[in-house]
Amino acid sequence: MKTERRTAAAEYEDFMARAYAMELEATERYAQFAEQLDTHNNREVALLFRKLSEIEALHAKRILAEMGWPSVPALTPAFAWEGGEGPETAPFDSLHYLMQPFHALKIALRCELQAQAYFKKIAAGSAPARVRAAAVEMAAEEREHVRLIRDWLKRVPQPTADWDEDPDPPRVTE
Amino acid sequence: MNAPLAAAPLAAKNFKSDYKPVWCPGCGDYSVLSAITKALASLELRPENVAVVSGIGCSSRIPAYTACYGFHGVHGRSLPVATGLKAARPDLTVLVASGDGDGYSIGGNHFLHACRRNVDLTYIVMDNHVYGMTKGQPSPTTEPDWSSKLAPGGTGLREFHPLVIALASGANFVARAFSGDPNGCAALIAEAVRHPGFSFVEVLSPCVTFRPEQRGWKEIVHPAPVAPTDDPARAARRIMTDDGFNIGVLYKGSRRPYAAAAGATHALADLEKGFQL
Ligand SMILES: Cc1ncc(C[n+]2csc(CCOP(=O)(O)OP(=O)(O)O)c2C)c(N)n1
Ligand code: SF4
Repeated sequence: MKTERRTAAAEYEDFMARAYAMELEATERYAQFAEQLDTHNNREVALLFRKLSEIEALHAKRILAEMGWPSVPALTPAFAWEGGEGPETAPFDSLHYLMQPFHALKIALRCELQAQAYFKKIAAGSAPARVRAAAVEMAAEEREHVRLIRDWLKRVPQPTADWDEDPDPPRVTE
Repeated sequence: MNAPLAAAPLAAKNFKSDYKPVWCPGCGDYSVLSAITKALASLELRPENVAVVSGIGCSSRIPAYTACYGFHGVHGRSLPVATGLKAARPDLTVLVASGDGDGYSIGGNHFLHACRRNVDLTYIVMDNHVYGMTKGQPSPTTEPDWSSKLAPGGTGLREFHPLVIALASGANFVARAFSGDPNGCAALIAEAVRHPGFSFVEVLSPCVTFRPEQRGWKEIVHPAPVAPTDDPARAARRIMTDDGFNIGVLYKGSRRPYAAAAGATHALADLEKGFQL
């Protein structure tokens, strides 16, 4: 009985540590994207990615505060995800140097949807009740982010069909 | 007296320098940089105990982006530099970064002999089947029918097969990774560093500018369906017959790594005697 209780507590800690790792990975990835687009003088999208990174960092900090962890918890190695990366992490190859805010928000939307699905799956699974309750809460938070990003998408211009055409492309081979 | 405190393990970001990469947004090499820094952090190394040596190419820019010691050398010559460094400073962890042009064209001969010498190095080749830095010429791993402005109709030349060549030449560890999975790539690099001798990690790393179709690699890569073998003949057969998109450790050998003799092997005076006229 005692062991069972301890296991449930450990599972909860593990779940929160993973949630933290997920937010941290997303924070770092958006910050890297911002840097990449800064380097290529796409300031508008760089700014947007920086904002997304700050939002994810806030979530990570909130988890630390909630758990009373002074800093990074004793995580399983960062690359211990079942799939390649955390569900909220955008792949490196998502970027294009001419991309527009619309494309960046589409990337963010996909990540938030994946995060929502991740938490929903845990909430519906056989984890201890405390973990499932936390997962329900986090899934609801992600749902709210999805809504916010969808609203945001409505406010940015839709790219034209030739958005990636460059009159002076870097890939001229002559 | 208090025992000295062990230094706390570092995070991946502590292995990054302040220089911002200038690669094209979306380039696979960003992900390889991330994988290298994660691997070094997971191995609990410190930047001052690691050296990253490279040649020339987009991929070879990596040393500048790490906080480790670095040597951005001459085209195709990363392995001789790294070999000398490791022989002189066996205490350092030495990583070597290269591209398919740097490593298999101009540096092809050094590749063979580095495998043969089996010095304890980790050789990471970012293979994008093209010369990215010089704007899209075909490389030794380019498909014979890849048609471009610079090679209309394709080269018609058979591709070089780096993994099986590494194996035949004596590499002690052979793996294939994919940049689209930086965490998996980090785990493979960490395993390669841990394995003694010459470890070769071929990373499929798309060049989104000159080979945009390589963005599709993420749909076709797949984990190697079998566990690594220590039998080179079996590994060679597997590698020769796979589809080129098998990801994982493909060979783990047990050859003793090369070690330079400690100290002088001959007295200087004795050597001088041989040159006396
Ligand atoms: C001696 C010498 N010959 C040719 C070059 C031109 N050159 C620079 S990078 C490069 C090829 C790089 O291709 P790869 O190693 O595949 O790297 P990538 O840029 O694709 O990462 C060539 C031929 C050079 N710098 N030095
Ligand atoms: S040219 Fe290709 S290899 Fe070089 S930085 Fe751009 S995408 Fe990467």
